[in-house]
Amino acid sequence: MSMVQNFPFFSIIIAMFSGIVSSVLDGKRARDLSLCGILVTTGMSAAVLHFCIRSGQSYTYMMGHFPAPWGNEIRAGVLEGLTAMMFGLVMFFAVVGGMDHTAADVEKGKQNLFYIMVDLMLSSLLALIYTNDLFTAYVFVEINTIAGCGLIMIRQKGRSLSAAIRYMIMSQLGSGLFLIGLSLLYDVTGHLLMSPAKEAVAAIEAAGLYGVPMLVIMAVVSVGLAIKSGLYPFHYWIPDTYGYATPTASAILSGLVSKGYIFLLVKIFYRVLGRENVIASEIVNVLFVFGLMGMLMGSVHAILEKDTRRMIAYSSVAQIGYIYMGIGLGTQAGMVAAVFHMFTHSATKALLFISAVGLYEVSGDRKDFRSLQGAGYKNPLAGIGFAVGALSMVGFPMLSGFISKLLFATSALQSPHKMLPTVIALAVSTVLNAVYFLRLVITLYTIPAKADVAGAMAPEKIPEAWGRGRGAWKLHLAVACFILLNLVLGLYSQPIVGWIGSGLAMFD
Amino acid sequence: MSRLRDDYENSWWRRFQGWVDGETDLLAEGMEIRVPGSGKEDPLGEGKKPDVQEQGRHSKPAAGPGRSRTVYNGRGIRYFRRFYQVMSVFLCLSIIFVLLWTVAYLPAFGNAGNPDNNEVSARYIERGLQETGAVNIVTGMILDYRAFDTFGESCVLFIASCCVLVLLRIDAAEGDEQARKRLAEANDRIFEPKNDIILQKCACILVPLILVFGIYIVLNGHLSPGGGFSGGAVLGSGLILYLNAFGFGKTERFFTEKVYRRMTLGALTFYCLAKSYSFFTGANHLESGIPLGTPGAILSSGLILPLNICVGLVVACTMYAFYALFRKGGM
Amino acid sequence: MGTLLFVNMEETVSIILFGIGFTMLMLHRNLIKKIMGMNIMDTAVYLFLAAKGYIKGRMVPIVTDHIQDVSAYINPVPSGLVLTGIVVSVSTTALMLALTIRLYERYGSLDLDEILMRAKEEERT
Repeated sequence: MSMVQNFPFFSIIIAMFSGIVSSVLDGKRARDLSLCGILVTTGMSAAVLHFCIRSGQSYTYMMGHFPAPWGNEIRAGVLEGLTAMMFGLVMFFAVVGGMDHTAADVEKGKQNLFYIMVDLMLSSLLALIYTNDLFTAYVFVEINTIAGCGLIMIRQKGRSLSAAIRYMIMSQLGSGLFLIGLSLLYDVTGHLLMSPAKEAVAAIEAAGLYGVPMLVIMAVVSVGLAIKSGLYPFHYWIPDTYGYATPTASAILSGLVSKGYIFLLVKIFYRVLGRENVIASEIVNVLFVFGLMGMLMGSVHAILEKDTRRMIAYSSVAQIGYIYMGIGLGTQAGMVAAVFHMFTHSATKALLFISAVGLYEVSGDRKDFRSLQGAGYKNPLAGIGFAVGALSMVGFPMLSGFISKLLFATSALQSPHKMLPTVIALAVSTVLNAVYFLRLVITLYTIPAKADVAGAMAPEKIPEAWGRGRGAWKLHLAVACFILLNLVLGLYSQPIVGWIGSGLAMFD
Repeated sequence: MSRLRDDYENSWWRRFQGWVDGETDLLAEGMEIRVPGSGKEDPLGEGKKPDVQEQGRHSKPAAGPGRSRTVYNGRGIRYFRRFYQVMSVFLCLSIIFVLLWTVAYLPAFGNAGNPDNNEVSARYIERGLQETGAVNIVTGMILDYRAFDTFGESCVLFIASCCVLVLLRIDAAEGDEQARKRLAEANDRIFEPKNDIILQKCACILVPLILVFGIYIVLNGHLSPGGGFSGGAVLGSGLILYLNAFGFGKTERFFTEKVYRRMTLGALTFYCLAKSYSFFTGANHLESGIPLGTPGAILSSGLILPLNICVGLVVACTMYAFYALFRKGGM
Repeated sequence: MGTLLFVNMEETVSIILFGIGFTMLMLHRNLIKKIMGMNIMDTAVYLFLAAKGYIKGRMVPIVTDHIQDVSAYINPVPSGLVLTGIVVSVSTTALMLALTIRLYERYGSLDLDEILMRAKEEERT
């Protein structure tokens, strides 16, 4: 066994251990440690990706001295490595970009606690990606939920506290359904590890036993994870949560947390329940319909919203709808498109949240999007970043959003019954996206009328607010890297799509 | 007539209806409620003027023991409420029905031939003693076969205690007047009975017994029912009883936040390192070199005993910390 | 269906409890009752798992008198899962209670709708 094969395990443990150690460090050290931890784990994930591409197959890793049906296991393949690397990158830049705001938003003595949440969030995401065991998945889903709640409420404002309790309630509903689903699955299969459970499910299906329980298990697990990732009818917690957390937390929550659950759902579909069974059970059609509704309603809500960050949050609802629509198509191509859109969305949404912060800084920290008039000139890089993110969400060529829309459209052509609604919804949703995102971008580059200037920002704030403050380089670095990530996803999409395809093939 | 009305008001049905309608709150009835915003001080610790006014305005409707009805009025909202209740009952029944429908098809209860009694549990039972050295098969399973789950579980506890720290700890160190006021308000030592002789005598007898029992459960986790979590909870409850009888002054002599942090850090670090070693050697097919000892002896079963002690320490500290934080916002 | 429900009485009861807890967590307005609902829901799942592990006429999975025969003990796996689950539920309960305390301190109410309304109002001023 080569050293690289240990890396998935090492990265989970490193993230977790840095969280544990951070409890006795002060804020600055905890931050540095957590940044180092994220970098190291990202490097390790890249190594795992490289290893899996070269060897062309996935491998399982025993957690302990006992083999598969008895001991815990984790599993790494191309898709796992790619996702872990992507998540690591997004998280790193989100933490770097929002660093100064974190320092301002969080009480001084509690900063290390913020970085504990970040570390444990990373470790739980990695564990959700790599796990090959259903109950491990449940435990780490809970860590993820609690860490997410911590990231929201650490700002300690009234709105963030109430958002946190809403988030907790919805997440607990999701966890409860997920847990009862696991218990039912354990009852009919007798296994908790994914590979033996899949064999048992196949045997059950072949024998024609337990038809009703299997259907309910699929429904309950899907609905549980859909609630947790904020699919449309369960999206009520999203705008508050993303809109009132500190910027790093918003970027992490919108970019990564919901994606972790979706990844787990895809993994359970492929590795436990069996893709054919899921498609045969019509669950995918339900997800498809909710996805379509989410795409449209999320955008409509975003158009009606005045507050910029809540607007971006509602756009997340729409994008989660896209992902579920891709899963709901029920074809391999649709799944590839959904996974690619997962990456697109995490890179783009984090970029939008971080650059929106840069724009807020220069326009007097108001909520209403009209106060952002002319902000694109005052902080040019953040303005460009926001414009790139917005264009990518709309689906401008060269950017990642274009590729994912293209993939969705081509995959829709392969499933005859769902082609028409998908294409229509894509078109309408793109137009709606364009309405609110381009409105924002145009606002950014409108020079405000004279009377507004005095109102929009205090004159004494201008000099340092022009993006030349001492700490502004962190934000600029993060925005630049996110733009680069977007371009990479948009221009070099071919190999990435290929990796996703081969990674999904390894799931079977 | 009025007697009839009184009877009706006090009748079980009326109360039940009131409870269903949300008019009376069973929880609020017997509860002593201190309204946070009463008086001049600002309990928020945010230090913003608008907040203070806001709080002042809001504390009035909340002053009664129930809850204010000012926010809810108007016919529309009442009808919506009714609709909501009907819908919620309907939803509850439909969830129950779907799941009951499932249960009707599940394997029968208590049958040895069920799918979950397969080779997995067979190996745990047949070879668990030799492979893990633990007489208690469940402990062997959660701390050796499926140790990664259990490690995740202690991390859940750790991160939950961090979140509670964020929410409830009040840092008044930097001369922050607001925070100090909040601290003074949260401190409920004035309400606690001073030197209650009955409580203290009982605690003198009970606390050592409880602590010894907790230690016994932790140390015998691999031999008998129990283990780190249950033993730790017993230890924590002993500490809480001691705190209630003798007050924070006595407990702070040996248990402060520093001690808490160091103990959790030490225990979790040991746990993390020990399990990493065992996972690493296991995955790379190396011998771990940890002797299992004779099954049944107290010093046996390899890493399980030290891990149980670690979990016990973490749980005891966390339980005590939860209690102290909930009561006065600090340790 | 009826007979099997009766045979699986433990599961039936736990499922009913699960439904009650789920609905309470989702739809009750009082935060404390929501937390109670959450605990009922979790406990129902543990009851379900514990019932699944039971086999008629067998002992608890602690080796006694050196008997290591499968036919002597019940299934140890669900017991382990319940142990893990309990810790998770304790942690989430503590966190939710702490959040409730903070919200009550701030808004003087346990009613979630009212808290949300006041939070919105507070932000506007």
